[in-house]
Amino acid sequence: MGEEHMIELSGLTKNYGSFVAVDNLNLNIRKGEIFGLLGPNGAGKSTTILMMLGLTEPTSGTVLVCGINSTTHPIDVKRKVGYLPEDVGFYDDMTAMENLLYTAALNGITRKEAREDALRLLERVGLSHVVDKKAGKFSRGMRQRLGLADVLIKKPEVIILDEPTSGIDPAGVQDFIRLVLELSHKDGLTVIFSSHILAQVQQVCDRVGLFNNGRLLAEIELSDLHKVPHGLDDIYNQYYGGKEV
Amino acid sequence: MINIANTHHPFWVIVKKEISDNVHSWRFIILIAIIALTCMGSLYEALTNIRTAIKPGDPDGSFLFLKLFTVSDGTMPSFAMFISFLGPLLGIALGFDAINSEQNKGTLSRILSQPIHRDYLINAKFVAALIVIGILLYALGFLVMGFGLIAIGIPPTFSEFMRVVAFLFVGVVYVAFWLNLAIFFSIQFKQAATSALACIAVWLFFSVFYTMIINLIGKALSPNEMASEYQVISYQRFMLNLLRFAPSELFNEATMTLLMPSVRSLGPLTMEQVEGAIPSPLPLGQSLMVVWPQLTGMIASTVICFGLSYLSFMRKEVRSR
Repeated sequence: MGEEHMIELSGLTKNYGSFVAVDNLNLNIRKGEIFGLLGPNGAGKSTTILMMLGLTEPTSGTVLVCGINSTTHPIDVKRKVGYLPEDVGFYDDMTAMENLLYTAALNGITRKEAREDALRLLERVGLSHVVDKKAGKFSRGMRQRLGLADVLIKKPEVIILDEPTSGIDPAGVQDFIRLVLELSHKDGLTVIFSSHILAQVQQVCDRVGLFNNGRLLAEIELSDLHKVPHGLDDIYNQYYGGKEV
Repeated sequence: MINIANTHHPFWVIVKKEISDNVHSWRFIILIAIIALTCMGSLYEALTNIRTAIKPGDPDGSFLFLKLFTVSDGTMPSFAMFISFLGPLLGIALGFDAINSEQNKGTLSRILSQPIHRDYLINAKFVAALIVIGILLYALGFLVMGFGLIAIGIPPTFSEFMRVVAFLFVGVVYVAFWLNLAIFFSIQFKQAATSALACIAVWLFFSVFYTMIINLIGKALSPNEMASEYQVISYQRFMLNLLRFAPSELFNEATMTLLMPSVRSLGPLTMEQVEGAIPSPLPLGQSLMVVWPQLTGMIASTVICFGLSYLSFMRKEVRSR
């Protein structure tokens, strides 16, 4: 049997007309690891994520999440997967609590249970002081943390974070990263962390997939790199020709 | 399954939220204020004129109650006129930003990543707006009936009551058509302002420019004085059918027939056809048969608009903003 795979992508391809967004992608993500999708904008990271969730159909190939095919059974997959889109949005005229309760209700969680969970999660992401504040008044960083609580309220097995730190100040980023690490280590969640920022991926992830032009260029075990200083930088530069992204 | 007594089906969760959003939004409050005021105005107008509205020998004379919805001395349009004019605005206001505002707020991808079918969202938005429109129109219609009852003191007969219910139903279908058109535009256009303008453009086209264009065509095609009776009639029919492409024309014909029981036909009639007819009101069933094509036409165009929005929404790729 070997190790348990949470997500299995095989031969995954997505074309938009003649443009190939994702090109024959094969990738397995293990249970409980933090997997980084690293690559410049437009490398196909977001498209891959959308296909994992069944939000867009692959041109060919299959996605299995927890053994369920995302394309044919998206509802079952979305029950197990929490997705935090880039620059997540909330209903501005509803409070943080109401927004979370709405998500919980869509997941079929009873109101009483949802209220308790929401309070606990808001405390955990450091928003317990703004429970009844309208989400429209939230800063970008607060919205992102509320997004994390929103993802967790459905009690997922996998969480997918798409560029979760873009637009947050450095201190906020560190808080956010600490939260993600805690979720992985304490709660045993499988985390997919997409980013174009090398340093963050290096700090958070156990394993990294390097993306460019829709292809997976390399899979790198970060624990192997700790011996070499700036190892990932070198690999990164090698693949992206030294240009900063 | 997780559907225990305390939880609701996700579809109705969305419907509930959409209804509360609609009812709490400013544009709805403003529109409802305008509509309620104009309705009260037209009711006042109808009440002051109802005495003179009934002429001796008028076949509609026995349907005094229905006059509340149609009577006007020209200073202010009647209730039915107001619905035909403001109804589209109500539909547009409830639908023009249904999908694109969710996309722009970044909530669309978040909601669709919850375990719900994608069509729940668009169906729920439609159902929620329809419920709001239905409650609003029936409440207004019954209010007018209630005030009228107090003022004129003559209770409506059962058939009059059913006629009003049927008229309000036609009103709901008419507003639902504009609602669906607005939802369709909200999927097609990224900016809420663009879709609102597009809806209003369609509405203006049909309510102002369409009749002008029809008149132009009419002038060009009008048969000369030597034309046979057959030619004149077929010309009349053709012009009327052209007019009927406008949803407001269908609505007006349907309401006229339902609220004026003496209307027997909506097309041109020859002298032979009228000859021997007693100018008496039609029973409700017969009136409904007269407007059946109009009613099915309106429902069909509503369904077509909804089908188009459904298709384009299901195919839309949802990305974060």
